Amino acid sequence: MPNMSAIVHPQQRHFNPYAENGGTILAIAGADFTVIAGDTRQSEGYSIQTRYAPKVFRLTDRAVLAVNGFAADGNMFVKKVKQRLEWYKHAHAKDMPLRAIARLIQTMLYAQRFFPYYVYNILGGIEEDGSGAVYSFDPVGSYEREACRAAGAAQSLVQPFLDNQIYFKNQTAAPGRSHPSHLPLPDVLSIVVDSFTSATERHIEVGDGLEIYIVLAKGRSLQGVEGLHGLRELSTQEDGERVFVLQRDLKKD
Amino acid sequence: MGMPPTPYTPDPRRSQAWIPFNTRSEQPIVTGTSVLALTYKDGIMLAGDNLASYGSLACSAPRLSVTIPSYTIFGASGNMSDFQYLQHDLDNLIIQEEVTAQDGHQLGPKQIHKYLSQVFYARRSKMDSLWKSVLGGGFKDGKRFLLFVDLLSVTYTVLTLATCYGVYIAQPLLRKAFEGSEVRKIKEDWLHVLFYRDPRSTNQYQITTISAAGPTISPSLKLETEWSFAESIRGYGPQTQ
Amino acid sequence: MTSIGTGYDLSASTYSPDGRIFQVEYANKAVENSGTAIGLRVKDGIVLAVEKLVHSKLLVPGANRRIQTIDRHIGLATSGLLADGRHLANLARHEASNFREQYRAPPTVKNLAERIGQYVQVYTLYSSVRPFGISTIIGSVDKDGPGLFVIEPSGVFYGYHGAAVGKGRQLAKNELEKLKLPELTTREAVFEAARIIYLVHDDAKEKEFELEMSWIGDETNGRHVPVPKDLLDEAEQKAKEALENFE
Repeated sequence: MPNMSAIVHPQQRHFNPYAENGGTILAIAGADFTVIAGDTRQSEGYSIQTRYAPKVFRLTDRAVLAVNGFAADGNMFVKKVKQRLEWYKHAHAKDMPLRAIARLIQTMLYAQRFFPYYVYNILGGIEEDGSGAVYSFDPVGSYEREACRAAGAAQSLVQPFLDNQIYFKNQTAAPGRSHPSHLPLPDVLSIVVDSFTSATERHIEVGDGLEIYIVLAKGRSLQGVEGLHGLRELSTQEDGERVFVLQRDLKKD
Repeated sequence: MGMPPTPYTPDPRRSQAWIPFNTRSEQPIVTGTSVLALTYKDGIMLAGDNLASYGSLACSAPRLSVTIPSYTIFGASGNMSDFQYLQHDLDNLIIQEEVTAQDGHQLGPKQIHKYLSQVFYARRSKMDSLWKSVLGGGFKDGKRFLLFVDLLSVTYTVLTLATCYGVYIAQPLLRKAFEGSEVRKIKEDWLHVLFYRDPRSTNQYQITTISAAGPTISPSLKLETEWSFAESIRGYGPQTQ
Repeated sequence: MTSIGTGYDLSASTYSPDGRIFQVEYANKAVENSGTAIGLRVKDGIVLAVEKLVHSKLLVPGANRRIQTIDRHIGLATSGLLADGRHLANLARHEASNFREQYRAPPTVKNLAERIGQYVQVYTLYSSVRPFGISTIIGSVDKDGPGLFVIEPSGVFYGYHGAAVGKGRQLAKNELEKLKLPELTTREAVFEAARIIYLVHDDAKEKEFELEMSWIGDETNGRHVPVPKDLLDEAEQKAKEALENFE
């Protein structure tokens, strides 16, 4: 018996204003630094559109934003955030503090509550008290400060790994000892790289390239990672917070 | 107080929201198929056939365009009316920004790409998309640039590009052949493959390039095709053995 | 002046008893006091030239252009109040753009002259506005071939083979009449235009001026563009030599 319901009821084809462009982002906060990273593949369905489309953006010397989801919305959203930060700078002659950027992003996302930016945001950087911070958002602006967060296509692969490695979930400390509340920068960097190589292995939408941003608190040196191959500084000042970017290849298949 | 409330009767001439059907395009009508693009040593090359299809009814129409006097060439697949609208829109933009402003500034391919992506984003956000994908290329200040924008305003730049059926058939060949040197030959090979397999394509095509020497656009060219192998194909048509 | 004290010159909406509108005539005076502008319509193109009087040595050379581009193929030169010229050029640009929007084709210069004429005429009807203090030369090569029109402060417009407005218009017209304009090439016309501007410039009254010239023709691919620097220099050189021989 053929399915008659399709014939009886009028059909409405609907334009879908959203797409899902794959990729994954993550951020981890240290005691006095934050690492924010994302892969650079952009895809639609089974097709790779480009192997290099950045998803992580420097906003100020102490704030970096990673966006993941629908690429057109992501680019538009980053553009508008940057514009608001520029206006803030012209009005107040200083960069907007991280927690204020986080609240700004909430307001901007919620403003589009009934036609949302289909984007998951992770904001990382240094707070005014010098601590490393990660803020994660849902598409309509709900947000919280965390120590680490993964989002995007491979969130379900990466987040449990971070829970285990950063929050020490399901790990029991040796008798008389406790887990450290923050990891040192070199350890965090290897966790980030491992997260992405593993996600690349297991998820078809992740791969091609990796961009890792490192934000350091005022006065903190690069100790332990200054020799890294291809480390590039993006800061505008030497005596404030500093931003670095590191690029790595991921498998292209 | 004693008056009963008057029921609200909307005036359909005043309120768009009360029109029972929507007037925005929900699908493309007259369509063009694949366009191919690649970066080569001296610049950018685009290729596309000259077919516009109204369902299965074929008409001839160019699908490549050069913006004058700018540094950009572009081609499009999807709704042909939207392509012609874009040509007109870019023409106006260039008259406004380059010709009458008389400030000596000219729009490069990057600016045109950004402009297109903003136009496409604005339209998709009105749920009234331009039903098409645009490939464009440019050459300015010694730099090559290849661009892509689609109906959702998803944008990117890469070294080789294709739209529609070309994404599946030509793009893999394109990436593989990209290290090769005879660019035009490669292009013709892709068009061959596409013409053999895409029923909404034709063997009449155009090629346009842009380099330091400026843009060029070819007259309508014809692919030499060989169909004798078709007899030996089994499993797709009405053949019984 | 006969009009002064009669009260008939206070508004553009008042006629004098003998049927004149003094405000429009005053607007013409504003044009007569301004640097000369000429236009040549020749065999295969158009040349526009302006004697731009430089009122201060502190001005950057090339500032305050009086020739404007309206559309790819249309140029406009004004004589009179500079700001009025700019306003009219912007109006003309909108008209050209609207024409393209409606008809999906480039406007002809006649279309534009008509619309500008109508607009200027409206400013002769009301007591609340002042007529345009400019005469406008508008030229183009369009589907009908080369075209050249002049719009006056009253709003009238005529097509010409050669046009001259501003201070030196009388002398310029004499010179233009001597030329066989329909037989000249655009390149030849550039030299004639430069010569005429140098000729009509009154050294005794005005010290400095800049020659501003643009052309439209086969050599420019049908586009309205400034005459290239080398050609302009050559034309100016020849113009100066001709002037010495003339005197």
